[in-house]
Amino acid sequence: MSENIVIIGAGQAAIQAIQSLRAEGFTGPITLVGEEAYPPYQRPPLSKAYLLGQLERPRLFLKAGAYYGEAGVTLLLNTTARAIDRAAKTVELTDGRKLPYGKLLLTTGARVRKLRCPGADLDNIFYLKSIADVDALQAAFLPGARIAIVGAGYIGLEVAAVGAKRGLDVTVFEAMDRVMARAVSPSLSAFFMAEHLKAGVNLKLNTGVEGFEGNCKVERILAGGKSYDVDLVLVGIGVIANDELAREAGLAATDGIVVDRNAMTSDPAIFAAGDCTRHYGREGLELRLECVQNAIDQAKHAALAMTGKPKDYSEVPWFWSDQYDLKLQIAGLARPTDTLVLRGDPAARKFSVFHLRDGKVAAVEVVNAPQDYMIGKKLIAEGRAVAAATLADTAIPMKQIGA
Amino acid sequence: MKRAFKATFIADNSIAHAIAVPEGWSLMEGAVKHLVPGIDADCGGACACATCHVYIEPDWLAKLPAKKDTEEAMLDFAPGVKSNSRLSCQITMTEALDGIVMRVPKSQQ
Repeated sequence: MSENIVIIGAGQAAIQAIQSLRAEGFTGPITLVGEEAYPPYQRPPLSKAYLLGQLERPRLFLKAGAYYGEAGVTLLLNTTARAIDRAAKTVELTDGRKLPYGKLLLTTGARVRKLRCPGADLDNIFYLKSIADVDALQAAFLPGARIAIVGAGYIGLEVAAVGAKRGLDVTVFEAMDRVMARAVSPSLSAFFMAEHLKAGVNLKLNTGVEGFEGNCKVERILAGGKSYDVDLVLVGIGVIANDELAREAGLAATDGIVVDRNAMTSDPAIFAAGDCTRHYGREGLELRLECVQNAIDQAKHAALAMTGKPKDYSEVPWFWSDQYDLKLQIAGLARPTDTLVLRGDPAARKFSVFHLRDGKVAAVEVVNAPQDYMIGKKLIAEGRAVAAATLADTAIPMKQIGA
Repeated sequence: MKRAFKATFIADNSIAHAIAVPEGWSLMEGAVKHLVPGIDADCGGACACATCHVYIEPDWLAKLPAKKDTEEAMLDFAPGVKSNSRLSCQITMTEALDGIVMRVPKSQQ
């Protein structure tokens, strides 16, 4: 007998788990519960091609509608789970229905962190996480409009790049002393900052936001002791793991649902994958990752474990961002104590920064050099030691270094 | 309604899936929309996974735009790469490609 599987949260991890469960031979019923109106879709293009209007909505969906029926998946959209009853093995929905489960997979993702300062609830202050968020933002995202972007992370800078391209008057406010401080090393921050300034974006570093003013709609942003006139605001200050459902059911969860290397929670019938998890990375550190890579890979491992073929999760994390014609690709997790090696020339807008730890390649940050990224990722996975001088020498082909 | 052109994906078991791909979409997007087996496209078209790898039939190879660096680098790591290997997420459907035929690698089925 094959027991049924219920999946809560209809994002990238969920669709990967469904594909992997079927590929691993699970033939029982699968029910997918999603809060949004849409089946699983790609989020990365939301702040890039979709916002720019270069990618129509149907192209965001990870699977065609017909897929779910063929794969034996019952889709419950616009549906929210309220509680898990672990003793009865049921999930209670907000409409009162109870879904029995044999195994449960939580792919609840993360939600945007909201600003709490005065005026933060005025109209035309937007966040960006879902299709609905971008559709709402689009109405005000018009050429000539003055947009204040709070936070110079991936989302903030991707929207800044799209805004500059679309002819908006863009100002980015960042509390830290450099852009993408959480994601990239200082030399990359300086490079991307210069590119944004060149595109006409105004950047205010070391500038915390104190509040907003306006009559219904936001009219001014107060930041760094000054006031700036604005037409709209986009806030991108990070996300919070959706771990409440798990925690309220008594599962271990502190800033993320705690899972082991097989994506199993503290209840052997319940698994979790993607942005919502706190897991052990390949370096043995407990961490939370917000990225497509972790959603895909952890979901694969969850599916393996749920079908009785557990395999330890130790994949190299990877990330990317598109800003203007720059493709930033990152593999591995950098540490401040790493030795940095530059390969290529930032002035040529094609270069990489390799991170060596104990002589081994531990991470790589790449701009417009996909081969450095791909081979760098392989070197990280293999834990290969490479001399700094070798990596820095562009006369030595990357393929040769990776061979 | 957008124009659409024909693309045929031949599985390793020789079963052909002929589908209509809207102009401007990638061949991968067309395949995913029509549930062509073996085109998983894990990454959703970010050119990050190589699970949409196809072998282009020789007649059509010359009609395709050249590979970009990202596709080239990704294919270096895909299993079973041949001289006619391409990533279907990186090929945009145009009128010139109406009727294109490709094979899905055995490793993806």
